Parts: sequence; structure tokens; C-alpha cells
Amino acid sequence: MAEPWEAGGFGLYIHWPFCQAKCPYCDFNSHVASEIDQARWKAAYLSEIERVSAELPGRRLTSIYFGGGTPSLMAPNTVAAMLDAIRGKWALANDLEVTLEANPTSVEAERFRAFRDAGVNRVSMGLQALNDTDLKRLGRLHSAAEGRNAYEIARDVFPRVSFDLIYARQYQDLEDWRAELAEALTLAADHLSLYQLTIEEGTAFGDRYAIGRLGGLVEDDTAAAMYDLTQEMCEAAGLPAYEVSNHAGDMAQSRHNLIYWRGGDYAGIGPGAHGRITLNGQRQATETDLSPLGWLRRVETQGSGETLRETVSGREQAEEYAMMALRLSEGMDRARFVAMNGADFDPDVLNRLESLGMIEVTEQKITTTLDGRRVLNAVLRDLLAEAR
Amino acid sequence: MTDLNRIRNFSIVAHIDHGKSTLADRLIQLTGTVAERDMQEQMLDSMDIERERGITIKANTVRIEYPAKDGHTYVLNLIDTPGHVDFAYEVSRSMQAVEGSLLVVDASQGVEAQTLANVYQAIDANHEIVPVLNKIDLPAAEPDRVKEQIEDVIGIDASDAVPISAKTGLGIPEVLEAIVTRLPAPKGERDAPLKAMLVDSYYDPYLGVVVLIRVIDGVVKKGDRIRMMKTGGTYQIDRLGVFKPAMQDIAELGPGEIGFFTAQIKQVRDTRVGDTVTHEKKQCATALPGFKPSIPVVFCGLFPVDANDFEDLRDAMEKLALNDASFTFEMETSAALGFGFRCGFLGLLHLEVIRDRLEREYDIDLITTAPSVIYHVHMRDGSMVELHNPADMPDLTHVDHIEEPRIKATILVPDEYLGDVLKLCQDRRGEQLDLTYAGSRAMVVYDLPLNEVVFDFYDRLKSVTKGYASFDYQMIGYREDYLVKMQILVNDEPVDALSIMVHRDRAEMRGRAMCEKLKDLIPRHMFKIPIQAAIGGRVIARETIAALRKDVTAKCYGGDATRKRKLLDKQKAGKKKMRQFGKVEIPQSAFINALKMDG
Repeated sequence: MAEPWEAGGFGLYIHWPFCQAKCPYCDFNSHVASEIDQARWKAAYLSEIERVSAELPGRRLTSIYFGGGTPSLMAPNTVAAMLDAIRGKWALANDLEVTLEANPTSVEAERFRAFRDAGVNRVSMGLQALNDTDLKRLGRLHSAAEGRNAYEIARDVFPRVSFDLIYARQYQDLEDWRAELAEALTLAADHLSLYQLTIEEGTAFGDRYAIGRLGGLVEDDTAAAMYDLTQEMCEAAGLPAYEVSNHAGDMAQSRHNLIYWRGGDYAGIGPGAHGRITLNGQRQATETDLSPLGWLRRVETQGSGETLRETVSGREQAEEYAMMALRLSEGMDRARFVAMNGADFDPDVLNRLESLGMIEVTEQKITTTLDGRRVLNAVLRDLLAEAR
Repeated sequence: MTDLNRIRNFSIVAHIDHGKSTLADRLIQLTGTVAERDMQEQMLDSMDIERERGITIKANTVRIEYPAKDGHTYVLNLIDTPGHVDFAYEVSRSMQAVEGSLLVVDASQGVEAQTLANVYQAIDANHEIVPVLNKIDLPAAEPDRVKEQIEDVIGIDASDAVPISAKTGLGIPEVLEAIVTRLPAPKGERDAPLKAMLVDSYYDPYLGVVVLIRVIDGVVKKGDRIRMMKTGGTYQIDRLGVFKPAMQDIAELGPGEIGFFTAQIKQVRDTRVGDTVTHEKKQCATALPGFKPSIPVVFCGLFPVDANDFEDLRDAMEKLALNDASFTFEMETSAALGFGFRCGFLGLLHLEVIRDRLEREYDIDLITTAPSVIYHVHMRDGSMVELHNPADMPDLTHVDHIEEPRIKATILVPDEYLGDVLKLCQDRRGEQLDLTYAGSRAMVVYDLPLNEVVFDFYDRLKSVTKGYASFDYQMIGYREDYLVKMQILVNDEPVDALSIMVHRDRAEMRGRAMCEKLKDLIPRHMFKIPIQAAIGGRVIARETIAALRKDVTAKCYGGDATRKRKLLDKQKAGKKKMRQFGKVEIPQSAFINALKMDG
């Protein structure tokens, strides 16, 4: 019998923790290091691929994702060595997706061909904004022109290209965003990740916000209007939202990210990488050492970068599944939720949310509407509230 | 037993923070009543809340033995009384049990309103009064000016005031000598039948009810059979003793002495403060006049946040009531808040103390509804209904008129804040009775409706005067006024716990203020929520909470699953601090914060 995760697939996430500079909005596990011993890091990643594949034999791999940090700063031969190792360990899906996150600078663009030759078939580029003032404000090292140039190269080199923009930025209004998004849509990417600026604790923006020194933030109502405009324009351009912040044409969705949202299994390697893997019918959450050097030493001395492994309870799995799957326009499978949770949703809550136009409910599925996705946190709080 | 001439009984009158407890600590310390290693701050305040807030709630006594300069050892009995206006009546009762008072005034602050109220009670009880100027070591101390103020404002001779610093111990020996030489010895007949005043009582989980008494005539011994003349109860004394301040057994108590007994008494309600204790067989001829029991004047609803805590709350309230006859409660149901209790208190501080104790000692989270006073609702048929809860307001067609309780408020305030204080009193429908000056401070007396004072008057007074005003009040009776019940409707449904009684002329203003407050206090929902204030069917104020437009996590990938799930759990826990009302969730704190006025 198929295990529940198989509906979502199986992917491998590889975290490269280094950046040239830390962006003020970024709360990912990224570090700036002056010198990186690529050979030593390569050996550690290969050792981790060996460990994880030994634990999960016989699986077919749907996707590989190099995230960071800035993985486009990796030596292409490191990427090639990892992909070679992986090919030897697991059966691969015919349409294996191999994504690498890239910064759009000229330095990195020069390596694109080498990455493609290593086996990368999709890049996700952090353009973030299309004008220099905003790029500077976001702490990005590239200019708008440099970004466009790098994007064009990527377009030539890789079969699939996506890029990120951050909107509802400081001092941005609805018309600014309309113009910028229209320009972005002319670039003919097959996938766009459009994120509203979020001020996270522990970032430079978070610190400035806490002391009241982050001006020009967009009010919630304007941000909501920008969100709606985004859905409209992308849909019209043939890139409908398939997730809260992700838009793609047919067959161009990120297969790797769909594994997360569909509750599939993923192994995570590299500093601070998380995983969800099903072993003997039990779903395990894994985490590795967050600190780059700590992780490296741990792998070298203990043979594993892992610092946490715990069983995710049925209720927690159900909550994660709802939290993730309701982000998708395709919605969630009710039977899967019930199997994890042991109980269905409260019918009164479903009725109320449906009558408010937040969700659509069928025997098989629950799907969020556009209005529901825009306030998904509130919808989830209601759906997953413990019975009173 | 102690010779009458070697006994001195006294209390200490002071404003909060003027150093009453510290002075008591020093007297205890200097006379070696408590071993140095057992000393702690505020020896006489036994409850945590008393220590934390620096206030005394129940009367406490301590027996101090003092070898005076005349070569004799004296027994000094100190009765420590509550300093706060809520407990003014308890103070007046305790005063009857002693012959003299130390009037402690902070030499840097001067006389305050509460000092005034309490010192007048001491004067009414025919006390000899010894003024004591505390904190004279502070640079800001102005002993001469404060002496003058004591003479001007209170009208007693302050030329022999004892200058002290309770903190450093300066002047404490002089205070002890003054107690012996300036306060009168008690009077009493050793051979007369037993006549003792019941000063106070409290419940001890191990001993049962502990009764504080002051013997007037006769002698009481362990094992004696006694009778309470008012309640008629008869008991056998199990244990007889004095507080030093720890309990110490004693063979007998004679005239002028103060001590305690236990006698298998089950609850505080079986004892009445002011009652006369005599022997069962050989009774005294006339009982003491006794006191009126103190009655609650402020009411509010207390509801458990978690409905499952209802029974625990009832148990906890019963336990507290064992020890506090002035705290009353009865079951109440609210459409908004479920099952809870309507509770009566002596005042706002009393309310806060009880609520704190329920939350802290019994670990029950509570929702407190708006405090209310007792209205007299006169019906057309000539009957009168006491209204403790606006939700119970009778049908208006049967109501003839409504009366509300009023108070006489005395406020002492430095000149520069007088204007703000007058405005505050005026805004609260006050009528000025008096305005006099004592140096650079004004004393204003206002006739105010109690319902304008129970809620946040004291906070507002402190805030407009930067804490420099002091305030005291007494009830003066009922008066008719144009009072109406104002309802609050959230999402078109009335929320009974937010109903208040208000003067018609102030209704629009209060209604607007409450709607605006609620607009900020209730979080946005997935739909828009109208909030209305209404009198009868007529809406007098309205606000709308816009629908939630955006609340979604922009990025949520594999590495975010754990963190976002925990965040969601935290938000769900936050929802538990809300009350579901129809489709709307109202935060618990909103029920009380909605009423706070900014102006």
C-alpha cells in the first residue's frame, strides 16, 4: 500500500549557507564568510548524501533543490560532484527537477553554463526589484541592469527560469507595483515568486522596525489591494497563482516546493536544513546544526550533521498538512487530513468559513478562495482551533 | 497579668508610604520582641499582597515589652490598622480598642487626605495623639512647615512632635518614651465580670477562627466558657495568647490587655466585630454598643476564563469569605461570559485584592466586568428594587425613578494641579462643597456620584496630579438622578457584560468612548463588525471594525513547517484568551478596558 507521503513525492534539499552580504529583510540561515574551503565542504556534503541515502533506500527522487544562502556561489564542480553522487544512490524521476537559487550578478552568470552541465535544469533568481533605488534599500548587491542581464543569460542557458520579486516594499504604492509587475511579466519567465515584504524578528529590518526607524511601510489595506492586483495581472498573463506567493504556467510549477505543500517527504542536508521523512510508518522531523562550522565539524567527527530527530504526532502532521496544502489553489485532501488527525474538521466551522466565502468544501477537498488565501492565518486559526 | 499602669495601647495613623509599617518594624526590633535573625520587612503584614502593595488589610496586633527610663517595664500593645479608604470602617472599630495614636506624617510630603480621615477617627475615639515626623533625614524634609500644617489642618498641637527616621532608626527610643509618658494607661476593674471587645477575627486553616480581643473588665483564662453577647454563641476557650507578633500562649488576660483566643469557632461569620465577650455563667451587666457590620458598596462580576474552573472558583470564594465577612458573592449567569459570580466589595482596592488573591493563591484566571454600585430603582407600584447589576434593570415602563449613591470626597492637592482636579470632579458630575487652603495645598470637598468614582477616578486623579493628590471619601446617601442603562451591541447583539448605568447627559459621550475603545480592543475578523451603544432601542453611538484584509505568511517552505506550526499553536493559545460571542471573539481584557476613560 502506498504511504501517505507518496502523494507528495520525495525531494532532497541541500542548504548552502553563505552569502556575499546579508540582506536586511532575510531571516534565512545565511552567513558571510571571507574564505570557504570548497574541498572540505564538498566532502562533508558527499558524506551527508551517503548517510541519508543509506537510510532511505529504494526511493524515487522527484526533485533536488539547492537553497541558501546563495548556492550560485558554490564551485560548479562541488555541485557536479553532489549530483553525480545522488544519481548513484536513488532512482530518479524521468522529469527530475534540479533547482538552484541564484543571485543575478555578472560573477554568477558566468558560471551558469557550468551549473547546467552539472545537471541543474532550473534556476530561481533573486531579482527582488526592478529599480536601483529599491534594490539598494533592500540591501541587494546587483543593479537593475545587471539583474536583467543575468536573467537573459539564465533564460538562454536553462530550460526553466523563475525569479523572485519583493513587493509592498517601503514607499511603494499600488501604481508603482502595477508598473513594475507589468514590466516583470514581459520578461517571459515561466514561474514567478512574488512575496510581500515581511518584517522578521532578528533581521536588520526587524531591529529598525522595533525602534520605529523603518519608514514608508505599506498599510495592510494597501498591501491587500496589491495582493489582489498581483493575482489579477498574473492570471491575465497566463501565470495564475498555484500557491499564496507563487505563479506559474502549465507544468511550470516548482515540483520541489509542491512536495512541501502536498505533505511529501523531503530530506534536508547542509547547515540548518530541515527534513520530514517517513520511516517505518512514522513521520520524523529532522534538523541539522545551524552554524556552518558547527555543522562541518559535526559531519567530519560524528558522521552526521543531524542535531534533532523527533516523531511528528498525527495531530501535528495534520496541522502541517492543512497549513501547507491550503496555500495551494488545488486545495487539500480531506481524507488524508482525517487519516492523520483521527477526526474531521468541525462542520460548524467549515460552514461558517464557507458562508464567509473563505473556503470551498466538497466531500473530497477543501480549497481556499482568493479571499481566504489572503487571510489564511485567520482561516487556519479557526479551522484548527481545539474544540471548546 | 500586667498592672494597668504598666500598659499602653495604641495605633498608628498614617498615609500609605508615610512609614507606618517601617515604624512598627523598628519598635518591634528595638525592644527585642523578635530575634534579629527572624526580622523581615513589614512584620505585621502577613499576606503577600499586603507586603507587595505596602498596605495593611486586616488589623494586626503586637505586644511589645519595653523597659522605660523610669525603671519599669511596660507592655505596649500596638494595633496596626488598614490605611486605605476601603477599610475606613475597620479602622474606626480598631480605634475603639486603644487609648492613643501615633500620628505619623512624612516630613517631606505633609498631611494627606487619608491621614485626615483616620486622625479624625482617632479624635472621635478620644485618643491622646502623639505626632511623629518621619523621614526627617531626607533632604526634602520640612519639619517646621509640616508641624504648622498639622496644627492648621488637623488642629492638634504639634510642638512636641517627635522627629524620626524609621528607616535609619533615628528617634525610635524617643517614640517609645513618648508612648509611655504621653499616652494614658487603660482603665478597668479586675474583679468585675468579664467584659472584652471583639476587635477582629480571622480564619486560620490549622486553628480555626482566631479572635482578637481587648479586655475591658475582669479576667479571661484558658478553659473558660464564654458567651458572645450579640450573637449568643457560647464557646470554651482552647487557647489564649498574645502576638509578639508570633503567637505566644498566656495563662490569662486581664483589664487593659489585648490578645487572642481560639474556641472551635468554624467561620468568621460566627463572630461579629464589636461584640462583647463575657463569661457564660457570670455575665457583665451591659454589653458594649457594638458596630454596624461593614457592607459592600461596589459590585462586579467575576467569571472564570475557563468554564471548567467554575467549581474551583466557588470553593476559592468560599474560603476567602471565611475570613472576610465584607466580601459577598452570589452566582450569576451572563450570555457573554457564562457562569460566574456577582461579588460585593468595600471598595475598589478591596475588589483588586480579592481578585489578585483568587488569581494568585488559587490559580484561576478571571474576567472582571465593569464595577457597579447599588442603585435604588423605585417602581411605579411604590416598591424599591436594589439594582446590583445593570443587566438586571427592570422593564422601564414599570420604573418611576432611580436613585444613586453619592459620596463626600475630600481631596488634598498642590496648588498647581487644582484646576485639573476641579475639572475632573466637574466632569464626573461633582458638586463642590468646600475649597480651602493650607499653605500651598488646597483641600477640596466634593459631593460626587459613587458610580463616577468606582471605576477609574482614582487613577485619573493620580494621573492629572502626577501622583501628588490624595483622596478619601465617605458615603452620604442616595439621590435621584436621570440615569439610564446603556447597552453595547457587538455585531448587532447586546453584550450584557458591557451594559452600564450612566447619567443621560453623559450617555452619548460614554457611548462614543466605549465604541471607540472596543474598536481598538477587538481584533479584526474576517467580516466587518458594527459596534453600537444604545439606550433602549435607540442607537446613540456607532463604530465599525473593518474586515481583516490581509493575514498570510508570504513564504512557507519545508524549513518553515516547524516554526510556523508552533506560531499557529501560539496564536491558537491566544484565542483562548478571547470570549466567543456570537461570531465575534472579544478579548477578556476588553470587558474592563472598554470602560476606561482617557479624559
